[in-house]
Amino acid sequence: MSDITKSELDRRSLLRRAAAVGLAATPAVGMLSACVGSGSDEKKDQATGTKSADNPLGIDPKAPVEIVIFDGGLGTKYATDVDTPMYKKKWAESEVKYTATEQIATTIKPRLNAGNAPDMINNSGADMMDFGAIVKAGQAADLTDLFAAPSFDIPGKTVGETLVPGAIEQGTYDVDGGRKPFAVNYSFTVFGMYYNKKLFDKNNWTVPTTWADFTALCDKIKAAGIVPFAYAGANASYYMVRAIMTSAAKIGTEQVLKDLDNLKPGAWQAPAIKQAAEAWGQIGVKYMNKSFLGLRHTEVQLQQNQDKVAFYPCGSWLENEQAASITPNFEYAVAPYPSVTTSDQLPATAINAAAGEIYFASTKGTNVQGGKEYLRVMLSKAAALEFTKLTKSLTVVAGAADGQTISPGLTSGNDMLSKAGKDVFMGYLWDTWYKKMNDASLEAVNALMFNGGDAQKFCDTMEKVAQDVAKDSSISKNTRA
Amino acid sequence: MRHGKYPFIIGFLAVPVALYAIFVVGAYLQMFRLSLTDWSGYGTFKDIGFDNFVKLWNDEVIWTALRHNGFLLLVMPIVTIAIALLFAFLLNVGGGSKGGMTRGVWGSKIYRVVFFFPQLLALALVAVIFQRVYGPDKSGMINGLLPDSWEPWLFLADEKWALTCILIVLIWQAVGFYVVLFSAGMGSIGQEIYEAAALDGASRITLFFKITLPLLWGNIQVAWIYLGIAAFDAFALVNIMTVNQGGPNNSTQVLSMQIYLNAFKYSQAGYASAIGVVLFFLALSFAWLTLRVTRSDSVEA
Repeated sequence: MSDITKSELDRRSLLRRAAAVGLAATPAVGMLSACVGSGSDEKKDQATGTKSADNPLGIDPKAPVEIVIFDGGLGTKYATDVDTPMYKKKWAESEVKYTATEQIATTIKPRLNAGNAPDMINNSGADMMDFGAIVKAGQAADLTDLFAAPSFDIPGKTVGETLVPGAIEQGTYDVDGGRKPFAVNYSFTVFGMYYNKKLFDKNNWTVPTTWADFTALCDKIKAAGIVPFAYAGANASYYMVRAIMTSAAKIGTEQVLKDLDNLKPGAWQAPAIKQAAEAWGQIGVKYMNKSFLGLRHTEVQLQQNQDKVAFYPCGSWLENEQAASITPNFEYAVAPYPSVTTSDQLPATAINAAAGEIYFASTKGTNVQGGKEYLRVMLSKAAALEFTKLTKSLTVVAGAADGQTISPGLTSGNDMLSKAGKDVFMGYLWDTWYKKMNDASLEAVNALMFNGGDAQKFCDTMEKVAQDVAKDSSISKNTRA
Repeated sequence: MRHGKYPFIIGFLAVPVALYAIFVVGAYLQMFRLSLTDWSGYGTFKDIGFDNFVKLWNDEVIWTALRHNGFLLLVMPIVTIAIALLFAFLLNVGGGSKGGMTRGVWGSKIYRVVFFFPQLLALALVAVIFQRVYGPDKSGMINGLLPDSWEPWLFLADEKWALTCILIVLIWQAVGFYVVLFSAGMGSIGQEIYEAAALDGASRITLFFKITLPLLWGNIQVAWIYLGIAAFDAFALVNIMTVNQGGPNNSTQVLSMQIYLNAFKYSQAGYASAIGVVLFFLALSFAWLTLRVTRSDSVEA
């Protein structure tokens, strides 16, 4: 008999240890309710000052302001090295308390519920909070006065007037008093098909504008032993949903997407949605093998970096995200999704570009106006330009980075944006408004792309989910004009 | 001695009991309370009676998740215990007896350590490692070992097999611990019993079924309950490894994942609490049933 088991681990002590493990192994669901707040709704004492031309938001120049920045893909340098110094330059007596975190919900949610939140919060990352629920709970401040205030450094314009179209609307929610803006969606993302310009130049492949050109090119690429088009089904199906939504809007205008956002009965059965799903479903059937369903964003990215995948549907943050991984033989460029039919209502150059990355002032802070003032600084042209230089991401401040050469992918994206002209559309909001619908769409799009391309089934599934959401009284609804 | 007993016990127990009351009992009580509300997770809430439970009853995904938990509950404990018993037996008694002492197969001391390795790794690490083991293209570890001419196996991307893939990892991770648990159990079985049986000419298989198994019954019962509770959980693996957290097409969806999604992603903390209440009672009735059903068969060691 083994001496280990006999001398050191007799049965009783092992059972004791096992019991301790068992205690810890009881499903940890109990913990979930440990963060219930006091639920108090009473108004907090707010630091305020007198409004003037120099102080349009009426902040108390001496009151400290607390900000929280998400420490992720964009880094925190733009806040510590650009925004805070700019704020301090104007309000020298106001102390800026700054924290960075990767865990926004874990650190901030309890403070919101307890009523002692920071004044300005960057809600982002994998642990981001459901912003719609925050608005509904009255924890986000109405930003109407911020957007109506004069711009920090563009004379003669209000903050709202300096932003790209759709930027304010994306942070607007339905509340008791009507539709009001509650969030600054700061970064501006251009969506399209990303590819390696050098690979395409080498093979004399030209970017397609019609669906016939697209499939012809895909055949050529496939013949060259490269996967023509792929996305990562395991955790990046979101990009494929966006590709289908973009095509649907190009077929039948943005109205098609607005109907989806408004949960209009039958919206998912619209011909434009079905045509787009049909066309993309065939791309899935013909050009993608099933292994992509089990791959992750980073894994498919690696394949593209190695020229094993030609087109990848994504947003403009891709280049920065991959900056460390690409070789000198790789140069990012982006193309609009090609027209699906010859009778598409929007031109082939039309693209989807949307604001993202939520920053909001919290009503549960002690210096809400100070938080808004910090946002006004961020929305200045100077701060926006520095942000773009640091993060290679455009901002919602219109034209802030014009004439700058920062990186090939960004230049290509900016180029696509100017070619699209007025045919840039904000897209859709149902994915952020109704998280359950978002998750269902990820599954539905995987089924469409990897299980035979049944467009009708895609439309039926999503229509049912949308109507279930519409009927569920526990989900707060939003509308879009 | 006698009058010092109570202060001693109270001093010893006060802290653990307080911690337990606050972080386990208190949290459960809050969960029960919240399951009757429409709390989103933010701000205030109002009471809605049993609406959450009605909604739960009509939620197809919950039923799918429940079926998957049921599958894990049926298969995982029995397979884990079977493998762990076999290994423990081989490590302790499998080498036959020599000089009146039973011993394990050759190299059993090394195996014992190796089997325990998975237990030392954090579950999240195990999940990330197996994600690569199950890679659905040629870069995956298993697919890389298969002949080039074969189509890569899809593993987690295959609706039919995804849950089985998770099950295998759960078993792989758990076996080592129960090998040690059962080894300890076997250590407490008297040498003379084996000796007597060996003298009567019992084979190794007879030794296992007639002596080891009945005398280990108490340990197996405990193992069954712990493994059953683990089968009700499975959250970490599903969360990290699977396609779209519970996919493809909900084929790896489990109750704990539904609690997480509803509480933290869909902002329906009240509803998530209701699922938690259901899970609580399921786990409780499972433990009670297991103890009841297996009690009469036990042999006092």
